[in-house]
Amino acid sequence: MSNPRSTKAGRPIPWTGLVFTLLGSLVLLFIIAPLAGILLASSFGEISDAAADEEVRSSVSLTLSAALMATIACTVTGIPLAYLLARKRFFGRSTLFAIIDLPIIVPHTTAGIALLTVVGRDSLFGSTFGSLVGTAPGIAVAMAFVSVPFLINAAHNGFAKVPVHLESAARTLGASPCRTFFTISVPLAWRDILTGMIMMWARGISEFGAVVIIAYHPMTTPTLVFERFNDYGLAHARSAAVVLLIICVLIFAALRFVAKRRSREE
Amino acid sequence: MLELHSINRKLGDFTLADLTMSVSKGEYFVILGPSGVGKTVFLEVVAGLIRPDSGRITWDGADVTFVPPERRGFALVYQDYALFPHLDVAGNIAYGLRARGFDKKTVKNRVQSTSELLGIRNLLHRKPQTLSGGEQQRTALARAMITEPKVLLLDEPLAAVDPREAERLRRVLRDIHQRGDTIFLHVTHNVDEALYLGDKIGVMLDGTLRLVSTPEEIFRSPNDREVADFLGLRNVIHVDEITPDGCRAAGVEISTSITDGSVTHVWIRPEDILLSEKPFESSARNQFRCTVIGWESSGRLLEVRISVDDLTLSALITRSSFDDLKIESGTVLYCTFKSSAIYCF
Repeated sequence: MSNPRSTKAGRPIPWTGLVFTLLGSLVLLFIIAPLAGILLASSFGEISDAAADEEVRSSVSLTLSAALMATIACTVTGIPLAYLLARKRFFGRSTLFAIIDLPIIVPHTTAGIALLTVVGRDSLFGSTFGSLVGTAPGIAVAMAFVSVPFLINAAHNGFAKVPVHLESAARTLGASPCRTFFTISVPLAWRDILTGMIMMWARGISEFGAVVIIAYHPMTTPTLVFERFNDYGLAHARSAAVVLLIICVLIFAALRFVAKRRSREE
Repeated sequence: MLELHSINRKLGDFTLADLTMSVSKGEYFVILGPSGVGKTVFLEVVAGLIRPDSGRITWDGADVTFVPPERRGFALVYQDYALFPHLDVAGNIAYGLRARGFDKKTVKNRVQSTSELLGIRNLLHRKPQTLSGGEQQRTALARAMITEPKVLLLDEPLAAVDPREAERLRRVLRDIHQRGDTIFLHVTHNVDEALYLGDKIGVMLDGTLRLVSTPEEIFRSPNDREVADFLGLRNVIHVDEITPDGCRAAGVEISTSITDGSVTHVWIRPEDILLSEKPFESSARNQFRCTVIGWESSGRLLEVRISVDDLTLSALITRSSFDDLKIESGTVLYCTFKSSAIYCF
């Protein structure tokens, strides 16, 4: 009698692998289908028209640069924090982790309203230095707020993976804590830090909820897409969306390629 | 001179307790102790990476307890070498000099000469991950020695290499030690390593330094039973009673030159016990009828276990003596040892 779980040749069928592959394919399809759909629905002419549209171009440029500013500013301030969290044990450390994750769970429009109390006209910052509402720095602040957890968490994981005794050895060889940080800890955690930066930048680019509260104008691409969808319908919104999508995919593919090549070289 | 004064440090379940010791310039000091007694913590305290809860560390009389590791000049070589994986061998070796701001040319020259000394000049462009254990250890030693440390702290430096490489590295350590007046403070669980390398040996058990001695003296002066057990000493016997002629242990009267009433243990080296088929006249004061209860090989010699009433002893004899005495389990023999061969503590 043949085994129902076996093929004719007698080899067992790898059911677990097959089921897992099937389920995994469904998720992948779920991610790819809308993106492929939007690309296929747009003609080359529509896309090139959108790419030539001055409003689209400036929104894309604003979106990329504001997210980049946010990422750079948070890298400078967030990396030391991530390092401290990875190295020091202190009272309230787990509360600090919870606080860092807060922007992920707060609804983003709520985050925008909350940010108005800090950088808006009536805030202490706003009345002292001028309101950031309706400005590119304001947009960067909104992007930073919602995306900084990705950077800090990734950098923290990277630092936690660096064995402490490598840093200790460096100290006994004559390196100051600062030199040890820049010559041992950062180079060994750079992959995670870079991943965190890419994630943060990407999350910043895609932000709509918090940004639209802080600044409807100047318009980021997500806000422009939203406005065109409301005012002119799907076709107009789609071509602007596709332009940003293509630029983002190209940038992230290039960054991943560079990161991968550097890690292979090491 | 490096001095530790009553150092205490509690770290989790482990405590360094009242550690006091001094090491002269140029001395090779080995801390011997079983694995897991906090020898690494001890080295990190000396290096300045962990602050003691109390006590002081001085260098030539100056207090360095709170001097940060980078300004202390005590280099630490970890058991797993702690080589920087993102730097090649040359980059690793040069690290300490670059941290001290030496110019490129000096760094290059000194990397060349130090790598030559450690026999790794041909490996300078390799990444640490591609090296054997012995090569990694040489790189770690070169990286530490190039900084000309006042104290070189070595954490089980030979534990992770194969026995032949360990033997070569022992010679390397002795050679580089003899080239200057750097203090080598080396922790290990290996008694042979301690005997070969140490000018002085300290036995650390449960976070305390229980004995400091020279390799020549250490086996003659184990000051307590735990130290004796750790050193693998045979024939350490608990004394039941001090008698006018010596002591009584496990019901056997042993003639010794004990004069100190506080003695609790005596120790007879296995190689000092003679075995014979018949009793014989000699100056030795202790001769007992005994029964062979077993034996095992101990290198080129055989360790024969004998019982004298309730007392079990080990004697080391050659294989030819073993054959001559026709030893089997239950063979009745005579064991003889001199009073002067008995150490008391």
